[in-house]
Amino acid sequence: MDIMSVIINGLSIGSIYAIIALGYTMVYGIAKMLNFAHGDVIMVGAYTFFAAAHARNLNGPGGPFAAVLIAIVLCALLGMAIEFLAYRSLRQAPSLAVLITAIGVSYLLQNVMQTVMSLDGVDRFFKNVLGVVISENNDKPIFGADTKMITDLVNMQALDIHLSDTLTIPGLAIVTIAVNMLIVVLLSLFVNYTKMGKAMRSVSEDRSAAQLMGINVNRTITVTFAIGSGLAAIAGILYCAFPHELVPTTGSIPGIKAFIAAVIGGIGSIPGALIGGLLLGLVEQLSRSFLPVTELTDAVVYSVLIIVLLFRPTGLLGKKIHEKV
Amino acid sequence: MKKFIALVLALAMIACMTVSALAEDVVLTIAHIGPETGPAAVYGLATSRGAKIAADEITAADNGITVVLLDEDDAHDAEKSVNAYNTVLDNGAQMIIGTTTTTPCIAVATLAYDERVFMLTPSASSTDVTSGRDNVYQVCFTDPAQGAASAQYIAQNGLPTKIAVIYNNADAYSTGIYETFMAEAPALGLEVVSITTFTDNSNFTSQVSAAQSAGAELVFLPIYYTPASLILQTAANAGYKPVFFGVDGMDGILSIDGFDTSLAEGVMLLTPFSADAEDEKTVNFVKSYKDLYGEVPNQFAADAYDGVYALVEAAKVAGVQTGDKAEDVCDAMIAAMQQITYEGVTGTMTWDATGAVSKTPTAVVIENGVYVGFDK
Repeated sequence: MDIMSVIINGLSIGSIYAIIALGYTMVYGIAKMLNFAHGDVIMVGAYTFFAAAHARNLNGPGGPFAAVLIAIVLCALLGMAIEFLAYRSLRQAPSLAVLITAIGVSYLLQNVMQTVMSLDGVDRFFKNVLGVVISENNDKPIFGADTKMITDLVNMQALDIHLSDTLTIPGLAIVTIAVNMLIVVLLSLFVNYTKMGKAMRSVSEDRSAAQLMGINVNRTITVTFAIGSGLAAIAGILYCAFPHELVPTTGSIPGIKAFIAAVIGGIGSIPGALIGGLLLGLVEQLSRSFLPVTELTDAVVYSVLIIVLLFRPTGLLGKKIHEKV
Repeated sequence: MKKFIALVLALAMIACMTVSALAEDVVLTIAHIGPETGPAAVYGLATSRGAKIAADEITAADNGITVVLLDEDDAHDAEKSVNAYNTVLDNGAQMIIGTTTTTPCIAVATLAYDERVFMLTPSASSTDVTSGRDNVYQVCFTDPAQGAASAQYIAQNGLPTKIAVIYNNADAYSTGIYETFMAEAPALGLEVVSITTFTDNSNFTSQVSAAQSAGAELVFLPIYYTPASLILQTAANAGYKPVFFGVDGMDGILSIDGFDTSLAEGVMLLTPFSADAEDEKTVNFVKSYKDLYGEVPNQFAADAYDGVYALVEAAKVAGVQTGDKAEDVCDAMIAAMQQITYEGVTGTMTWDATGAVSKTPTAVVIENGVYVGFDK
């Protein structure tokens, strides 16, 4: 087994976890809540990308890029809608109520997607009743309960680097890692140097004081959700291109892993999410490849969380919370 | 209001009675159970459609039999499958064509054995489905037959002999084929250089890179098509191009939305049905299927199509009548099943007391996006 290819795969899946973890960490840092529906936004993003890329009018050279944009925008809107409809009225509620609501939203998204994607006749309805062909290819309708994949749309093999017969750095891995780095840098710049970023930091520090200083807390939280969910769309596309299958429960496993990554890195911290994600990806790939029993992989991954929390209860880069007694 | 409802119900009852009095046909109620949503949906939809076509053909033909097909989705989940089983029995099912996939089928077969309900599964190929149960029969080959036959094909047809195996060790179907393949392989001169396992469709980079660094020239995939498609994609990403050899679970790989089917070029699979065969039965079946669903039927559809015909043949021999209860016809069906010889689109089939079918296996290879007979 080539250790290099394991590390490359680890960094590349770790980058995806990191992008998802950024969403968890920003929402937690600013709204002080765990948005467990975040993983399912990934799935919605991937489905949106799939549907948009297969829509007839986007079937051109720039199509996949337009589809990425559509997925990001739609997920950002979805994130804002979830925040507005489900979480805003719970701003003063105990955190347990918010947590349970988030789990409810997660199931809602999964089941709505399951139902919507199972509507076999949608393509035919558009074609026969409205006279609009929505799918570029008649043999492959967009809707239908079959498993979907997006790997034919995200082909990065032109960027492959062949190092030897048994070792290729996949173009997709290069793109994934680069996208992740770019996102982390841009997000850090945004949070540290823009007015909205300043508002985010102050809401995170003390919500009521920020409000007294004239910061619109609701709007700040809405923007946070929009950014986190937009990032989730990117993560969803990269995750399914890795490749993974696209089904309504696709988001739950990477969602949980990324949540763990955020906690390991120190929830609320942007560099923490990056480090946590990469660490988790590497541990996962290394144990999958070198453990005698493949089934123990997830056990190792989750025990990393326990070990880190034993020694650093606030995560690797988490802030120490001093409680006044 | 109550009176009104009672009146409506009474009228409905009369209407029902009139309808059944008018129909002189023997009405056979057959239930199909299979995954029509979720990760194995391609199989369940195929078996459902194949069964539907057979049922409609039998009903339309003037032979005194009307087939009522009940259809339930189990999403490839044992618990849902048992619920579906209870639902169809409540709705008067006399026998079952199903269930489509192995793991749910074992759960349902356990219950059906206790409650004496006759089952003919189109595609659940594990011996665990039939063993110890006299009431469960199969249209497809058993897994042992597939594993051993795969090894023989590879050895006898000049395919590469340095082999990697990737199988799902949480799945009875996959493990069953793997075991018989491994029992047969050494004696045939096949060298298995890498064996890796998985339990869910998470990601396959380590399995593929193990096969690649071991220098395997053929990768044997006794698994379903969804993980297989992920493995093909992962191998392509890693620049690894061996021969891929699958079994009937590979059937369906060409119909995954968004999978680059050019990656499946040259993939071989063992299957008793090839849609390009030219006998009259196959041609008619493929035509009706295409007309109704706009795609070429796969082996699962063919197995279910044959299954419904075989059930009706057996029901004729067993003398099943309209309204008979499932538990009353079960023993007669068991006896009848061993007597009949049915010539269908997947070959000429006979059954023995174990419930296993005998017919000849063949292999196909994917060329230009269609299955081409490999033996030609």
